[in-house]
Amino acid sequence: MKFQSWGQCALAFFAIAYLAGVYFASSPIWMGFSINALIVTLAALSWNITGGLGGLSSFGHAALYGTGAYASAILQVKYGVNAWFGLGGGIAAGAAMGAFIGGLAFRYGLKGSYFALVTLAFAEVLRICASSFEWTGGGSGLQLKLMPGLAQLQIIERPWIYTGLLAVVGLVMFLTGLIKHSRFGAYLIAIRENEDAAEALGINTYKIKVQAMAISGAFGGLAGVLYLQLWLFIDSTVVYGSAVSVEALIGPIIGGAGTVWGPLLGTLGLHLLGEGTKSLLPNSPGLNFVFYAIVLICALRFLPQGFVGFAARFGAFNKKERDDA
Amino acid sequence: MLEVRHLSKTFGGLKAVSDVSLDVPEGSIVGLLGPNGAGKTTCFTIIAGFTKADTGHVHFAGQDITGFSPHHICRLGMIRTFQIVQPFVGLTVQENIAVGAYLHHPQRREAMAVARDVGKRLGLGGMLDRPASALTIAGRKRLELARALATGARLLLLDEVMAGLIPSEINEIVAIIRQIQSEGHTILLIEHVMQAVMSLVETAYVLNQGRLIAHGTPQQLVADPEVIEAYLGHGAAARLQEGHHA
Amino acid sequence: MSILIVPAILSGMMMGAVYALVALGLTLIYGVLHIINFTHGSLLMLALYVVYFLNLHLGLDPYLAIPIVLPLFFTLGYCLQRGLIAPMSGGSEQNVLLITLAVSLMIDNLALYFWTSNTRSADIAYAYDTVEILGALLPLGRVIAFAAALAVSPVIWAFMAFTRTGAAIRAVAIEKRGAELVGIDVNHTYAICFGIGTACVALAACLLFPTFYVTPQVGYTFVLVAFTTVVLGGMGSLPGALIAGLLLGIIESLCGLFLGESLGQIGIFLAFILILLFKPSGLFGKRAGS
Repeated sequence: MKFQSWGQCALAFFAIAYLAGVYFASSPIWMGFSINALIVTLAALSWNITGGLGGLSSFGHAALYGTGAYASAILQVKYGVNAWFGLGGGIAAGAAMGAFIGGLAFRYGLKGSYFALVTLAFAEVLRICASSFEWTGGGSGLQLKLMPGLAQLQIIERPWIYTGLLAVVGLVMFLTGLIKHSRFGAYLIAIRENEDAAEALGINTYKIKVQAMAISGAFGGLAGVLYLQLWLFIDSTVVYGSAVSVEALIGPIIGGAGTVWGPLLGTLGLHLLGEGTKSLLPNSPGLNFVFYAIVLICALRFLPQGFVGFAARFGAFNKKERDDA
Repeated sequence: MLEVRHLSKTFGGLKAVSDVSLDVPEGSIVGLLGPNGAGKTTCFTIIAGFTKADTGHVHFAGQDITGFSPHHICRLGMIRTFQIVQPFVGLTVQENIAVGAYLHHPQRREAMAVARDVGKRLGLGGMLDRPASALTIAGRKRLELARALATGARLLLLDEVMAGLIPSEINEIVAIIRQIQSEGHTILLIEHVMQAVMSLVETAYVLNQGRLIAHGTPQQLVADPEVIEAYLGHGAAARLQEGHHA
Repeated sequence: MSILIVPAILSGMMMGAVYALVALGLTLIYGVLHIINFTHGSLLMLALYVVYFLNLHLGLDPYLAIPIVLPLFFTLGYCLQRGLIAPMSGGSEQNVLLITLAVSLMIDNLALYFWTSNTRSADIAYAYDTVEILGALLPLGRVIAFAAALAVSPVIWAFMAFTRTGAAIRAVAIEKRGAELVGIDVNHTYAICFGIGTACVALAACLLFPTFYVTPQVGYTFVLVAFTTVVLGGMGSLPGALIAGLLLGIIESLCGLFLGESLGQIGIFLAFILILLFKPSGLFGKRAGS
């Protein structure tokens, strides 16, 4: 979370100013839009742990997000568990799913494109299962009973939802910063840069990668649970669909993979673009994704380190170091 | 400190290493020499746990470590470096060294302090805050050594640390290796340029086509006809002898 | 139940032939360019729409559309690789994967925007005429697709084996640098290969359309099945893709029979995960997993 340049400070300032501005805009549309963007930001922060810090690019983060959402929904709907325990259950289930997928994939040495494909396949299997079994509500999904109040984590007032989400996103970003500057984070980055060299230096690379998937799963599960508590309804396409996986990876890549602020900046930027498209061209389903794709291609070509890396070029505090943010 | 016994490894019909045994006494610098493709690096990868041997045993500090994973072996105090130096490019020089230091210092503050210390000892003091990508080849070789030392390893397996360096840089790295030895480390180093290590090693083993063909002091080895032939081709020793007599 | 198994296997093989045809293009691209091409499914979807509109507006029979659609998609594939994927990726494997993902997102969502999510199919009178084989009644359209898929594989093989371009493609696949040194235009060869892969997909679309439908999402389902086929067959292996496609068609059909229609595809994805984990080199591949 150290800034290396005035450019990065400016980026963070814009993000904070925007997020604060939402309170004063007194526009329910902006508020609702920002709430969605923050939930996606959580999924993006989840992807960022494995995909950004660890270089383990997953194309199926919906597997973690959806598992969190479904675990909490099943606990609440089928077993009458309190939503707060559902939250804990969802986070735990997400972490377990992450560890399970990682444990299998890394046991057999999958890397790069193969890892991306196997995560995608897991998400797809889970989606089909969730839409096929009665226990998961089948094709019609699961609906929570409306019980407003903090006791059941069902907040109705939008500004409070927004505030709560801001706090959660802030917390996860703080945790990301802690992870990044801990031994664990250094090990993950070492694995990303060169796995053999990392192994030679005494790092149990398998264990670290599986732990990273578990942490990522916990964050992803958290995002899924909060989505559920916001809409009180999930089905297999909404939480296990490929759109979730895609949004989780585009934000961090555009904002700056492996950085603390990248996922937030990238996701906010994308959603502003998407919202702009919607207001200019109403009734244009899918068009926002067309623009996301264009931005992604441009970012890969022209901003290899995303917004954060780009901003580092402007007004660097210390000309010598630019690689960290 | 390191005892290797009857190591063999075959890659699809090719005997990369066959029946290699060697000893590295504590506190010594031992060379593993041989022409290109002799199986030196394969030996290293087996000893350090990256490849499983078909047969044979590796003992380190009295413990049988055959089949242990590389990170486990490193934890016990033996580490290898890579012939093609591999810095973690996203990190600064100091953070690179800290990745090694974290092994026995889980706190960032301590690990970074150890890294700073090791970096200064290896002449990287001025570069600590620079990205690792800014280092020259010689700098990267030092970084590779620094990272290995920072793990607290007692035995270093160095894979061609002098390759690609100019003579003045080789002299510097020889001095650094001496210094590391004087601090109590044991070193096994691979080199295919014999001259570079003659002054450095106490004893050396020579590998050719996967087999050990000689073992002795550098002076003994340069006079060994089999070693000369391995390097210069069949009949070279005899021609050299004639040359001397003429 | 057992009386249903033979028809299920046969009808699975008919669908499997289409999978094989889609996968042939994908495995060709992987074998030469060493990239995993996410756009493949989207291009199939696009080809299905082209066939649909040709049929709707010009009354052109899907099979007669082949001479139009094939060159069109060859050109499209060539331009896509040469004009977009190659220049934008800068050569990194991870970037190529992401760029093809982005391009497929673009195509899928543009289709959604222009053509809505409605399911469309054509009324082709003879498509559902049935043929009786081993006591199973199979739709004529599927039988034609099966026969065509079997016929196409040797054609591609012969092209690779006996033509100059085929030799260039094989050279580039084995040793890019060396091929460059002997004067082969690598970028051109890559694009040609991408074009051929895309033409395979277009052919699959023409054969599939009479007995299928099209929606903007249809590519996504196919791309996963195609990946599975390619991995099962061994990345880059043409005969592997053919056999794996047939096998997966059967697996899907049997899973559908025993587990219910909605779980039919789960067999494919489970097979995919298991193959990636335990035998990433596939049944016929030489390449290791990572």
